[in-house]
Amino acid sequence: MLFAKVGLNKCEAKDMVEAFFEEIRLQLEQGESVKLSGFGNFQLRDKPQRPGRNPKTGMEIPISARRVVTFHPSQKLKTMVEKSYHGTPQA
Amino acid sequence: MTRSDLIARLAELHPQLLAKDAELAVKVILDALSSTLSRGGRVEIRGFGSFGLNYRPPRLGRNPKTGDKVKVPAKYVPHFKAGKELRERVCQEES
Repeated sequence: MLFAKVGLNKCEAKDMVEAFFEEIRLQLEQGESVKLSGFGNFQLRDKPQRPGRNPKTGMEIPISARRVVTFHPSQKLKTMVEKSYHGTPQA
Repeated sequence: MTRSDLIARLAELHPQLLAKDAELAVKVILDALSSTLSRGGRVEIRGFGSFGLNYRPPRLGRNPKTGDKVKVPAKYVPHFKAGKELRERVCQEES
């Protein structure tokens, strides 16, 4: 990602991009959702424990309760992708 | 946290920048992610996660109001998968 537009040098740009993602991580870590208008929302979901299986051995093991991050793209981003990309499915 | 909270935080962390520049930086980052996805690309941010596209095959839908069948064409939808560090940091705070 290039950063000439803001007038930052390479090092400052790298620092800014890192800070950007770190701030989002910090919020999520603290249990707060992050809403970026025009892009999408990062939300947290608490999942209860559920039964699982080791696919290799077939052994049944419980999957512990956990908190996971989900991303919901904004209508704007969904429309952008739908309108401009009609490629073949990617592997 | 909203987009403007994020801009305020980044401006705080980078006192050498004008608030306006922090706003522009956020816009440039999000625009870069959006346009890469729109071109069918994938973006991976180490320790955070990856943004890509998922394929949705064409299907027959229904207009919920009239009950009419409508063809819904195939499309791609943006998808995010959290990276290892993000997954771990979000989960350990839980306990």
